[in-house]
Amino acid sequence: MKYGFTAPLAAILVVGCANTATAERPVSSGSTTSRERVSFNENPYPSTYKPYGGAATAIRNVTVFDGEGGQIDNGVVFFSDGKITAVGGADTPIPADVTVIDGTGKFVTPGIIDIHSHLGNYPSPGVQAHADGNEVTSPVTADVWAEHAVWPQDPGFSRALANGGITSLQILPGSANLFGGRSVTLKNVPARTMQAMKFPDAPYGLKMACGENPKRVYGSRNQKPGSRMGNLALNRQTWARAVEYKARWDEYDRKGGTPPARDIGLDTLKGALEGRIQIHNHCYRADEMAIVVDMAKEFGYTVAAFHHAVESYKIADLLKDNGICSAVWADWWGFKMESYDGIPENAAIIQNAGACTIIHSDDQDQIQRLNQEAAKALGDGRRMGFNISDATAISWLTYNPAKAMGIADRTGSLKPGKMADVVLWNANPLSVYARPEKVWVDGAMLYDANDPTRRPVSDFELGQPGSGDTK
Amino acid sequence: MSRTMNPMGKKALLFVSAAATLFAAPVAAQTIAITGGKVVIGDGSAPIESGTVVLRDGKVVAAGAGVAVPAGAQVVDAAGRWVTPGLFAGFSRLGLIEVEAVRETNDSSASSGEFSAAIDVVPAINPKVTPIAVNRAAGITRAVVAPAAPASIFAGMGALIDLGDDYDAVTKPRAFQFVELGEAGSSKAGGSRASAFLEFRNGLIEAKALASGQRGVAAHPHDALLNRQDAAALVPVVNGDIRLMVHVERAADILNVLKLREEFPALKLVLVGVSEGWLVANEIAAAGVPVIASALNDLPSEFEKTAATQSNIGRMKRAGVTVAIGMINDSDAHKLHYSPQYAGNLVALQRVPGAAGLTWDEAFATISSGPAQAMGVDAMLGSLRPGRQGDVVIWDGDPLELSSAPVAVMIDGVQQPLDNRQARLRDRYRTPQEGALPKAYER
Repeated sequence: MKYGFTAPLAAILVVGCANTATAERPVSSGSTTSRERVSFNENPYPSTYKPYGGAATAIRNVTVFDGEGGQIDNGVVFFSDGKITAVGGADTPIPADVTVIDGTGKFVTPGIIDIHSHLGNYPSPGVQAHADGNEVTSPVTADVWAEHAVWPQDPGFSRALANGGITSLQILPGSANLFGGRSVTLKNVPARTMQAMKFPDAPYGLKMACGENPKRVYGSRNQKPGSRMGNLALNRQTWARAVEYKARWDEYDRKGGTPPARDIGLDTLKGALEGRIQIHNHCYRADEMAIVVDMAKEFGYTVAAFHHAVESYKIADLLKDNGICSAVWADWWGFKMESYDGIPENAAIIQNAGACTIIHSDDQDQIQRLNQEAAKALGDGRRMGFNISDATAISWLTYNPAKAMGIADRTGSLKPGKMADVVLWNANPLSVYARPEKVWVDGAMLYDANDPTRRPVSDFELGQPGSGDTK
Repeated sequence: MSRTMNPMGKKALLFVSAAATLFAAPVAAQTIAITGGKVVIGDGSAPIESGTVVLRDGKVVAAGAGVAVPAGAQVVDAAGRWVTPGLFAGFSRLGLIEVEAVRETNDSSASSGEFSAAIDVVPAINPKVTPIAVNRAAGITRAVVAPAAPASIFAGMGALIDLGDDYDAVTKPRAFQFVELGEAGSSKAGGSRASAFLEFRNGLIEAKALASGQRGVAAHPHDALLNRQDAAALVPVVNGDIRLMVHVERAADILNVLKLREEFPALKLVLVGVSEGWLVANEIAAAGVPVIASALNDLPSEFEKTAATQSNIGRMKRAGVTVAIGMINDSDAHKLHYSPQYAGNLVALQRVPGAAGLTWDEAFATISSGPAQAMGVDAMLGSLRPGRQGDVVIWDGDPLELSSAPVAVMIDGVQQPLDNRQARLRDRYRTPQEGALPKAYER
């Protein structure tokens, strides 16, 4: 290498190499040095996902929830070449040569998005050999990437598709650690490799965790953190290191010289400080979320979403003011001390305060019915007098998670030009009696309730009792 | 307020009558007529439009169309509402747990204790845990409460409880013995199912010896692997005086459990979990063994659930199995109110090609009369047929629908408060901002 580096060769590329084309970090600008700058491949495990393609399709006479809070009765959704082409009322033109589906009595939504899943890294069967979601060897593991432990054969992916209409999902590291590592966003397509599921050009996420889990896991080993104080101390020390690391690289980018030694974990934190990596912070209690809000200001990053935020309802105003989403269950509570104050009106109070509301699963079962979880939260909100529309509740599972994951410009709502990630429901998806009838991912029909050949079966299930069943 | 039923022996009867003097039953002596609602009997029959439900002395006297309102009855207008029996949680840890992961508040299992089969959940039941109030407000009025297995396949004796707002929760103490005989049983018994079944046989053989006056456990304490208390607790099991509820999931385990009756013919089996039941549904039906099944398990979350499908209950029902919904190891301390959602999902399956669902009427029965039938108390609980305890819920809509909620809950004919800690938090934080004083003053 040109600088006589001792760093691992594979980790370092020199500007000009073909495979740095996707590197996002600016290099060499304003530099006076004549020598080439060291840079890194920011995308070493690139997506190989290719849409499977499908017929240009128009669904008409259907109730449309557009994902951004809009509802069209007796509407039309038309998609072709994998993209949404037109969405509108009954008079929306439909070309003559396309597949037309009569949606009378049915509903269309964008593909459902779960912002918090462990499919693939805590797959079924949940045997110890499969438990790959937590690197429980240190409270700070910003260096690990969830995508390196996603098993594409998890049968949970196909259940999420067929029963839940899930078309995109974020796989996060678990919450044992303060800094759990990078998340990965996937398209919910059966595949042989993680890369073939990877959502093209989705930003990475960084999983952080507040509260009981890190202090319990490490405190029980007589190791820091053993308290919420320790949680914060180690968080702050780590961010301080990240800020220094970023400063060294910034200086190198400006002035050249000897490049800083590379640290894989700090690369991720630097990306978060630069806003390229979305921060997803597991945090239950209101008082802890408020502290994280200040910690983010202290070190200059932003939190995209608090996950499992069972007490967001207590500080919905603060979250609104800081532009932070809350990703919540409809009604989980009481399973641990920090979930004790969970109430079923949480989502509705967050919504009513004007803050960003997301329903998530963190669960292989509830990912199959996020629509039902939203419906419960909606019902509880209406019962306390809040005026929340059906279409708004659908945004909790579509546009809002897409926004917090940094993919809302491509999916999450039925807008022309976006990915044709579409679910046709056989009834209002906010009813317990509704099920997906058809699910398209980038315009490819990957599930059809009426066609057993459009029902994916993972390698694990092949040849087992019940293989290929309706499930 | 519960009426204590058929305890299993004279000693138990004495205990219960002593308890009854401590907790005088509330007077529900008046006659109540709930009129104009859509009445669901809960026994699998179709809802009745504009029906009337009459309660007297805490029990159902009549329910249906054309039922006359007795003179002097207190009339509750339920026009536009649904009127159903209270929901019966087919499997729970209600009353045993306040916060699951806070050890001091979790009495579900004595994992480092000395006893197993002799454990009786009754002294651990706290009618004032917040999950009881929360589930009561969601329409659950009765529950099967099972201990979790300690370091043995024998978990101990579970009870049937009501969710009334009083200290007299136990409807039927020592209603069943709970045993793990699948993957969990294997682990409790040292690592194999063979060992789990041996532990089971050992326990029952010791119990028989004890009951028949043979020397049994007392003579050979180190051989018996069972202390006297535990062996004694298995006597009513081997005699068929109390039910034996067995948790199993895989088809082969289910068949092996059914075969236990060849050696122990008096066993009154109830299966719980049963994710692969559909594979051996005919055998379960032929054995006449009721099932309290997980409703929506459809993943091979363990190898013993490889064939799990949401169609399980529907297929077992079609095969003639008596089947109810229970939530074993699934939110079983806090969210028993998922059971109507699960039942609704089984209705939804009717419209999925290739799936087996339930009709609405059948689905509702799986969360009302179904658990009562499985536990042998359907003559007293689980429906609005005459003579049943007056557990009634009035709903603002279809009780299986996600948007619906109870507007009134009665247990033994007594109207229950729907208030609870969650409701207080909701009211305090309807507007999150502080007012003139801190939130702590809003109560």
